[in-house]
Amino acid sequence: MSALSIKNVTKSFGENHILKGISLEAEAGEFIALVGPSGCGKSTLLRIVAGLEGADSGEIVAGGRDLTRLVAAERNVAMVFQSYALYPHLTAGQNIAVPLAMRNLTSMQRLPVIGSMLPGQREIRKDIMRQVTDMARSLKIDHLVDRKPGQMSGGQRQRVALARAMVRQPGLFLMDEPLSNLDANLRVHARGEIVDLHRRAGVPTLYVTHDQAEALSMADRVAVMMSGSLLQLAAPEVIYDDPAHIEVAKFVGQPRINTIASRVDADGAVTLGTWRLQPHETLAPGSDITVAIRSEFLSIADMGTPGLPAHIERLEFLGSEVIVYTKLDAIGESMVVKLAPSEAKGLVAGKPVTIVPQGERLMVFGADGARLRADLTFTTLLERAHG
Amino acid sequence: MTQTFTLGRAIRLTLLSLGALIFLAPYIFMISTAGKGQSEIFTSSLSLIPTQFFYLENFAKAFGRVSMGTLLWNGVVVCGLIFVFQVVIAIPCAYAMAKLKFGAARLLMALVMLGLLVPIHATSLPLYVAFDSAALLNSYTALVAPFSISVFAIFLFLQFFRAMPDDLIHAARLDGMSELGIVMRVIVPNAWPAITAFAIFSVVAHWNDLYWPLIVVSNQAYATPPLGLLFFRAAEAGDDYGALMAATLIITLPLVAAFLLAQKRFVEGITMTGLKG
Amino acid sequence: MADMTAISLPVEKSRPIVNVSERHEARVAWMLAAPAMILIILFIVAPVIAVITLGFTDFELGYSTFKFVGFENYAELFGDRTFRQSLWNTAIYTAIVAPASILLGLGVALLIESETVGRSFFRTAYFLPVASLLVAMATVWQYLLHPTIGPVNNLLNLIGLPGPNWLGSAGTVLYSLSMIGVWQTVGFNMILFLAGLTAIPRDLYSAAEIDGAKSSIDRFFLVTLPMLGPTTVFVTTISVINAVKVFETVKTLTEGGPNKASEVLLFTIYQEGFVYLRVGYASAMTVVFLAVLVVMMFAQYRLVDRKVHY
Repeated sequence: MSALSIKNVTKSFGENHILKGISLEAEAGEFIALVGPSGCGKSTLLRIVAGLEGADSGEIVAGGRDLTRLVAAERNVAMVFQSYALYPHLTAGQNIAVPLAMRNLTSMQRLPVIGSMLPGQREIRKDIMRQVTDMARSLKIDHLVDRKPGQMSGGQRQRVALARAMVRQPGLFLMDEPLSNLDANLRVHARGEIVDLHRRAGVPTLYVTHDQAEALSMADRVAVMMSGSLLQLAAPEVIYDDPAHIEVAKFVGQPRINTIASRVDADGAVTLGTWRLQPHETLAPGSDITVAIRSEFLSIADMGTPGLPAHIERLEFLGSEVIVYTKLDAIGESMVVKLAPSEAKGLVAGKPVTIVPQGERLMVFGADGARLRADLTFTTLLERAHG
Repeated sequence: MTQTFTLGRAIRLTLLSLGALIFLAPYIFMISTAGKGQSEIFTSSLSLIPTQFFYLENFAKAFGRVSMGTLLWNGVVVCGLIFVFQVVIAIPCAYAMAKLKFGAARLLMALVMLGLLVPIHATSLPLYVAFDSAALLNSYTALVAPFSISVFAIFLFLQFFRAMPDDLIHAARLDGMSELGIVMRVIVPNAWPAITAFAIFSVVAHWNDLYWPLIVVSNQAYATPPLGLLFFRAAEAGDDYGALMAATLIITLPLVAAFLLAQKRFVEGITMTGLKG
Repeated sequence: MADMTAISLPVEKSRPIVNVSERHEARVAWMLAAPAMILIILFIVAPVIAVITLGFTDFELGYSTFKFVGFENYAELFGDRTFRQSLWNTAIYTAIVAPASILLGLGVALLIESETVGRSFFRTAYFLPVASLLVAMATVWQYLLHPTIGPVNNLLNLIGLPGPNWLGSAGTVLYSLSMIGVWQTVGFNMILFLAGLTAIPRDLYSAAEIDGAKSSIDRFFLVTLPMLGPTTVFVTTISVINAVKVFETVKTLTEGGPNKASEVLLFTIYQEGFVYLRVGYASAMTVVFLAVLVVMMFAQYRLVDRKVHY
């Protein structure tokens, strides 16, 4: 039995279908990143799991409990918000204590003045204080507990928000872009910290982000969402190397994957510029397809070598690699090639070259965007079509 | 759960509706009574629709006893003049305080903060003595002059200008504009939200003000709407509530209509200038 | 050597250039601020000084001479039964109108905020009195509260209750005026509270729900009330100051009567200063009025500094 299962969740606002039936299973202790462009429904899905919004249909089960009809407070989930959502009038310590106070104190005991006079609450409060201190110490924010959010830096607030989420030992951990308000340096550092914390807590985690690099680097599995549908849920390597959908391939990876629109010829072969490619298995003749290949699986050779003739338009030197922007001579499509600096020696803008793809890395997608599995590899790049 | 939800909402809507009814009752009775004849007012005050329509008669009386046109005109002139003076004087000052360096800025800030504390009621005695000895009572000057300076306007614009980027002004200077040119062509066009908010605040405050007009004006020719209504009440010896309600309706209408038409701006303006009530 | 002097010369010259541009900026600033400054001195500073000075004289309008009488006016003030009554009435009026209009304003704002239907209608309805001419609406209230022909008493009679003489009897007049005062100011406070409520980040409510604040009452105490802190301090100050400045309704409806039962501070000052023309004496009263305002503003600054610091 999985630790969290989301079954066929839908949500619409009027004619606007935000979620078109999302299903997803997470194992115990698994870290799943929900990634996609803004407006794809990932945050809505997270808020539905949290109980902050209701789904139109579908089911959410966690740890054997059906959460679908429970309010947020009863679900024992923790959430870290993009804005951190710390209570500005409470100190860091008081912020961390809120979930415990809500759970362990009665509503009478929580009243401002009267509450502190009721019997029995002192021990509970002491216990809460102890847990807060422990949590603050383990996140190395014990020196901040008496400060209010307004007096803390972004990174410190983020840690307080994490502490508030973790202190009550939730059954499920939800994070809504928790790093997007940090500056670039801090963000990379915080990625490692969150993964670390997650490993220690061992709680299934849903992590929403629009940053594909964040998703790939942190998650056990990545769920790529586009306009309300879950396109692929798989390990980061699979998402990158073996995307199930053209949109997934385009969304993941920097620079963006090279794509060339084409059509299957009458004999089942594919013409790519001056090349004809013979797929491994048959494609329906006449159907529209997209051929895609990542920039690192292209190389540049001298003019005259078998390959795709092109002109270099522009070079970007990035230190450990060089990005070469080219334009194919035959069909005018842009091709981006990623090279090691040593391979880029002697390349200048305007130079005519030949681009050589690694044949087994070419991917073909159908008109609906789905990957055409049948032809994972092209047998070879065939001979130059007379041109 | 859904049960308590609907019950809660029912209670909420009932409370809101009852409250709204109480708050609107005076307007309902004002409109109803303005159309009733003397005898009906005395016999059945609870029926809302007049059995016989006396609207024409009552409005004729209201227009006959006091020159309503003059009152409304005075209100427009006085509020308009006050607003123009306040803005023309406050904006350059607020700009200088927000964006220019000069020695008196701190003193000026202290004066503004002090000024925020002092309402017209506190300065009216010496001002009255002064206007009296200058023989300026019963004039537009007396009605407008004390309000030509609004420290609140300076305060509001100051906050607004401080939030404007310095680079905007530096760029204007490099383009060769004079400081006055900057105020007119860069600051003012960008300050419209603050200016409209202040306009609403200022007009509401001075259209409604009774205290100062009551002190400096005894001649009906210069009466503002609230003062005029007071005169009308004095002239109306008996309980001719029909005519009185008609007059009330006429005098209340302009500002209420303005509010209903530009509700969003009104609310924004009140929110922005909420400070000094 | 010759080169070096040639280089150092412009450097020395450049210092006064900076000063010239700073002086120019200061001069322009002075010119822009001068009209405002002169008018502030003319219409605010000078009159305040004059009122304080006049408070120590026996100046009366119409007499050409006056003399300084020290604290005589103040001594008379605190023996003056009208003035004491007036202070007391103002205090009662404020003690009713300020809390009632704040609580009702908050209540209405909360109800409207949590309701989806008819929001703008309700907002308009409650705000209308703020946009209406108070003198005019006071006249309408006078009719509504008329002891014999007024709809309010007719309504009470209908359900068998005797209607009081709202504005005409010393026992009820202050409460009736307070009621009108509350009616007039609730909308204003409501708008400010609504603005305060909209400014609360939605995420805080989500966080509170996740943290276990199940009921809306829990969330009110955890999020809404603390987050409205600054607005509340602010609304309180305005409400108190406006209540202390009550004048229009008293002047229009009761002239302080019956039997001084609705005599309030500004009305007393108005009577003494502009009807009896005892300027010196009225000035002393004005100083007391001003002192009350200063104390209340000061209390607000302190409260804001202490409590509402995030």
